[in-house]
Amino acid sequence: MTHLHLAVALDGAGWHPAAWREPDARPEELFTARHWAGLVREAERGLLDFVTFEDALGLQSAAFHRPDTRTDQVRGRLDAVLLAAALAPLTSHIGLVPTTNVTHTEPFHLATGIASLDHASLGRAGWRPQITSRAADAAHFGRRTTPQLTDADVLDSELIAARLRELFDEAHEVVEAVRRLWDSWEDDAEIRDAATGRFIDRDRLHHVDFAGAHFAVRGPSITPRPPQGQPLVTVLAHASTPYELAAAGADLVYLTPHSRADATARLDALAAATAARPRPLLRPLKVFADLVVFLDDRPGRAAARKRRLDDLDGAAYTSDAEVFTGTPGELADLLLDWREAGLDGYRLRPGALPHDLTAITTGLVPELRRRAAFRTAYTADTLRGLLHLPRPANRYASAGRR
Amino acid sequence: MPDHPSRRPPKRVHLAAQLPSVQHTTVWSDPRSGSQIAFDSFERLARTAERGKFDFFFLSEGLRLREHKGRLHDLDVVGRPESLTVLSALSAVTSRIGLAATVNSTFNEPYEVARRLATLDHLSGGRAAWNVVTSWDAFTGENFRRGGFLDEADRYTRAAEFLHAARALWDSWRPGDVRADAAGGTFTRADAGRFSYRGRHFDIAGRFATPRPPQGHPVVIQAGDSPQGREFAAADADVIFSRHSDLAGGRAFYRDVKGRLAKYGRTPDELKIIPSVTYALGDTPAEAAEHAAEIARAQVGPQTALMLLEALWGRDLSGYDPDGPLPDVEPLPDAVVTRGHTQFRAGRAETVRRWRESAEARGLSIRELAIEFAGRPDFVGTPRQVADAINEFVQTDAADGFIFVPHLTPGGLDDLVDRVVPLLQEMGVHRADYTGPTLRDHLGLNAPREPREPGGPREPREPRVLRADSLQEETP
Repeated sequence: MTHLHLAVALDGAGWHPAAWREPDARPEELFTARHWAGLVREAERGLLDFVTFEDALGLQSAAFHRPDTRTDQVRGRLDAVLLAAALAPLTSHIGLVPTTNVTHTEPFHLATGIASLDHASLGRAGWRPQITSRAADAAHFGRRTTPQLTDADVLDSELIAARLRELFDEAHEVVEAVRRLWDSWEDDAEIRDAATGRFIDRDRLHHVDFAGAHFAVRGPSITPRPPQGQPLVTVLAHASTPYELAAAGADLVYLTPHSRADATARLDALAAATAARPRPLLRPLKVFADLVVFLDDRPGRAAARKRRLDDLDGAAYTSDAEVFTGTPGELADLLLDWREAGLDGYRLRPGALPHDLTAITTGLVPELRRRAAFRTAYTADTLRGLLHLPRPANRYASAGRR
Repeated sequence: MPDHPSRRPPKRVHLAAQLPSVQHTTVWSDPRSGSQIAFDSFERLARTAERGKFDFFFLSEGLRLREHKGRLHDLDVVGRPESLTVLSALSAVTSRIGLAATVNSTFNEPYEVARRLATLDHLSGGRAAWNVVTSWDAFTGENFRRGGFLDEADRYTRAAEFLHAARALWDSWRPGDVRADAAGGTFTRADAGRFSYRGRHFDIAGRFATPRPPQGHPVVIQAGDSPQGREFAAADADVIFSRHSDLAGGRAFYRDVKGRLAKYGRTPDELKIIPSVTYALGDTPAEAAEHAAEIARAQVGPQTALMLLEALWGRDLSGYDPDGPLPDVEPLPDAVVTRGHTQFRAGRAETVRRWRESAEARGLSIRELAIEFAGRPDFVGTPRQVADAINEFVQTDAADGFIFVPHLTPGGLDDLVDRVVPLLQEMGVHRADYTGPTLRDHLGLNAPREPREPGGPREPREPRVLRADSLQEETP
């Protein structure tokens, strides 16, 4: 049996809004390096493929599309790229995948930031580009307006996608510009030729001259091509428009199926989007499913814990992803069942930290190993290596030769 | 000399270090020269500086690769990582040294920069600093959504507003706004992060997403020497690092800048003057001088000498012999053959006149002249001589300290830290160990005043109009 890939999505004190109130949470430390270092080292002890860091330009909210004024949930985050960078020297194998906004930011800065994370981590960087449509986020920049979703819109992911198509199109341009900037230096551009006094071979650096409908970037990057050539681009996709973004621009996509049959249906929709957009440079596209997980060894305990947290928060926690409660063994059953639909792995969102992360590394991982479905040692040093993805060729390399 | 230097205790010397970036400072042809990209290089330099109990480690920035005569400039080190990302990684492998990033205020937005600096301050436990710079040409703008969207004068009013907006964002969370009261169920104060800032360049409002950084405000650094730049620093900066390498020039600058603080309700101690300098050490004065000459020859090779002259002359000089006399053609002082550099931006005709006079008087070749003006280390001598010179600059109020730019990466600071720093420590003018955790502690700077009324709209002070040369894209 080939091994599953496992990633963990880290955010605050966990994905349940009341998780910060758990006895083993340290909510006063959420904005310290120590909190995050402990979590990522634990994930690396479990030999997981990578961790992701959530981020957004605005404060968290219980509503998808607008701010709230709640004071009983975690509010405030650190910049995810910088957070990932601070964890790079403390780890050696695990991939580090920050989320960044691509609607109000500069593609040039995104390209150099992620490339720099790849340099600092020696080839373990990934990236999750994310759009934002919140009017409140746009007001933080004062430069443009974005479509404001209504309460009715947010009930249907296809409606959301349709309303935000232009932002997705722009996101695709950002990904393309960033990838070109990563390629704008050939791997051997630095020659240090003392005889001729040349530090670089200027013919192996390239203006990218990206000109899209929304912006233009001249290039080349200020940062040499990162160790992986192209850090791993990952996209979370719930509907047709983001499937297209994933198909055209991503190396890895997170889907949110709610059953094995639903996984099959979503994979079919993704395959259709992929077929419609040839991706000669980027195949294969890895597919992970997202799950929120509450794990405890004794049957029924995880569900009871979630209910207790729901009571504290005043509402039953739901998510775009399936919410799983159960034992590590039951979760292993589910993971191995759904993967038959064609999944490469899973991104698990721990309901509460550190509890549900530790349950993954010390409960689920050994369980999967017993079933010969998970690695027993890291066998690659880069994130692409862990995922068995090749280092991409540089699109400009042949053009650069005199 | 100051009136009564003996009556006051010796001033403490502030020391900082900078990774040599993309100017010809770096002698990349030296076999000891390592990668300017690999994280190991940054780690080694920063750890060395921390071993020397330096105040901070500094990185400059560039947002467009330089071009000379229409092609990428290929003679100097090219390529660097994004500063804040590297400094965040360094926060994990250092514990006390300040981490200073140059971040451009033209091609960024206050919300994002304030957030990233607050993040670095959180991750480092209060060690972040920001060197506020602005770009000066549409050439750099070609890499950004906004392009060249401001005229030159507006770029500097934007810089001042940018800084004020960032401070409004940091102030939007008060100390203690993160309550994290699990039993009571209160994580934050209700209005935490609410801000509004309106000015000519920014009209922004909402909720800031990152709690107040440990230092309150990261330390603000400014480089600039025009009257407007000095005024900006006096009003708004914690550190200024303009370069005045002789004692008399340094003292005049020091007097002038410190004299401007009172009208902003600040004391002279609230702005530290820490110029950026290069150096060469030797066991004897003669050996140091020879070492300095070797460094200069390696920094300004024949091609670099011609390139520097072309930038100054504003025209192609490729037909001239670098080891021969100065060009007999007239300069085109307004022509731009080099883009992305800040050298020779102002007063080029005057500079050409001085260079010609000097070359004629002393019979210098093109390369000798370029070395004379662009390659000579600032401090040259034995460790004792350099320590004494540093101390003299500081005790006689020509500076509060120095940012040292070695000519080698990553080992270039070792001799300074191993041989000069102990002498400064013996003299009692440099700390034996850090006494506080934050960069503000190292610099002797007070915490910023805590915000009293969160949330209300904040009208900016009228930004001062700063001239083009008051803020530089490339730091020296």
